[in-house]
Amino acid sequence: MQSIFTWYAKWIREGKLKVNSDWNKNLKIKFTVQDPCNIIRKSFGDACAQDLRFVVKSCVGEENFVDMAPNMSNNYCCGGGGGFLQSGYTEERLAYGQKKLDQIVATGADYCIAPCHNCHSQIHELAEHAPKHWGTVHLWTIICLSLGVLCRNERTYLHDDLKEVNIPEWDETEFLV
Amino acid sequence: MADEPLVLTKREGKSFKDIVMEKLPDGGNLNACLTCGTCAAGCPATGLAGMDPRKVVRMAALGMDEELKKTPWAWFCSMCTRCVHACPMNVNIPQLVYNMRASWPRDQRPRGILRSCDAALSTDTCSAMGAREEDFEFIVNDVLEGVREQPGFENIQAPIDKQGAYFFLNQNSREPVNEPEEMIPLWKIMHLVGADWTYGSKGWAAENYCMFLADDDAWKHITEVSIRKAEELGCKVFLNTE
Repeated sequence: MQSIFTWYAKWIREGKLKVNSDWNKNLKIKFTVQDPCNIIRKSFGDACAQDLRFVVKSCVGEENFVDMAPNMSNNYCCGGGGGFLQSGYTEERLAYGQKKLDQIVATGADYCIAPCHNCHSQIHELAEHAPKHWGTVHLWTIICLSLGVLCRNERTYLHDDLKEVNIPEWDETEFLV
Repeated sequence: MADEPLVLTKREGKSFKDIVMEKLPDGGNLNACLTCGTCAAGCPATGLAGMDPRKVVRMAALGMDEELKKTPWAWFCSMCTRCVHACPMNVNIPQLVYNMRASWPRDQRPRGILRSCDAALSTDTCSAMGAREEDFEFIVNDVLEGVREQPGFENIQAPIDKQGAYFFLNQNSREPVNEPEEMIPLWKIMHLVGADWTYGSKGWAAENYCMFLADDDAWKHITEVSIRKAEELGCKVFLNTE
């Protein structure tokens, strides 16, 4: 049992995954990342969290990555875990998520990369309650964006600022509504 | 919490804490709490339902079993383990909470979690959304057909049950069921690095709501179906995609 974060990092280091952050050089769109509890603290630890950061920085540019505080194995759960999303206790789930919301707001990031689907759903919902509605994206979306192979119909979770950035020249797909 | 003083009386038989301690390595260190409150100070669930992790441990120590077994806080703690990560005495509070959940009659546990677990038990895909083998195969192939029209991806693969593949990938049900186009970037990455991978027709679903339900037999079954399929296919690495 291994985490795909570690493999993404390995493939980038080996030159197999030719990600490039030039698309964000002038845009300077800021990203933060959620360390999923089950993957980082509960399974693979800080080495995997470092791999995750290496991947994100390689894709968005080191200067455009802003970490949450605290982070890695010490990060807060988003409030979507442990079945909370399906438990029906919505009010309590959002109250729990306030800590995560404050953490993300403090980074000033335009996007939060949430590489676990539970975190993604919760953090996406938390954004609706934030003063600035950050975007919540899967990690693979940002990898493919930085590879120049992300089509328009694969950009559901990107905001307008990234709808037309680094589009493959052959892309004839349309945005999904 | 009660305004009246709590009167401790002599107990017949084992307390809830005793029973939980028998199940955990080192008894979960449940007797080692220093009451420092580091757990509660760093817990996002502190204050919900008037509870926090330290209170849970103290209530267990005081034998307040009935209160522990009925507080809905068992479902407000996400068992994220940050408390035990921070605890100087390594007190396994999340496992105490797990056992609080398990003490609820199964049919009275939160319906959404219960339904997700039962849906996963209803099919060998282990999908908490009840997606069946043929549903998964159809959606994967349908999406794949579209991707193959893109230059450079004419030969992209998303195999199911490929014998001997190096990687066995899981996939959260929400992707094939609700947002199938979100599987495409993952497949593109696997294609570009030349990875030899496969999904399993059985056990591809990444989620395990039976674990959140605190149903031991059920979550073990879900995990076993997935691992057995990976073994049967001779895969070398079970690759968790989330």
